[in-house]
Amino acid sequence: MARVRVQTEAFDLGGEFAALTAGRTDIGGVGCFVGTVRDSADGRPITAMTLEHYPGMTERAMAAIAAQAESRWDLLGCTLMHRIGELHPGAPIVLVLAAAAHRQAALDATEFLIDWLKTRAPFWKKERFADGTEKWVAARTEDDQAAARWTG
Amino acid sequence: MSARSLHLLYFAWLRERVGRSEETLDLPEGVATVAFLTEWLRGRGDGFAAAFAPGVPVRCAVNQEFAGPDTPIAAGDEVAFFPPVTGG
Repeated sequence: MARVRVQTEAFDLGGEFAALTAGRTDIGGVGCFVGTVRDSADGRPITAMTLEHYPGMTERAMAAIAAQAESRWDLLGCTLMHRIGELHPGAPIVLVLAAAAHRQAALDATEFLIDWLKTRAPFWKKERFADGTEKWVAARTEDDQAAARWTG
Repeated sequence: MSARSLHLLYFAWLRERVGRSEETLDLPEGVATVAFLTEWLRGRGDGFAAAFAPGVPVRCAVNQEFAGPDTPIAAGDEVAFFPPVTGG
């Protein structure tokens, strides 16, 4: 059963790993991805990033993405956490953990989960630049292409 | 909410352009799909005309599931409009 959460506060990577693996000896590997706020966009320095989401639908979409991963790989658990609100460069935004008996499933599922999270969960980022201007981040074709690898 | 009402939500730059995050309105006559609703909203005025202008990338969800232009809309539905998602 996947653990899915949307929250403003930082997540505890060690705590989440411990929760995912507690009392289990059948897990052979855990894939992990942590997305963090980069300090620039298109060569311009960024001072903050604000994340907006669609309460209700976000949790449903994340649960559906996790269920999709569980149907494609033999996972022994997975964790999806996404932060919202104002974040600053260096701060973690998103956490994906996928546990499996063997590493290939754990790593593939981790990659799948972040690819689909980026393109199928209703979150939007707004960047604030050093000069005080703000800009909504545009969706990237590369992200759509990465997500499309898993279709079919 | 009356039996004929529709709950609309707007997110990110779409919310800024239409100047509201949500509203409840009576389901307009003849509006049976997302495409019809988009066309109806476009006719409401400046902010809406700009937000829903042809060629502007707007996504939609009906009752919290991603929807397309042909997705049916009925009274009591929650319909959300937003830009292509950029999380992760």
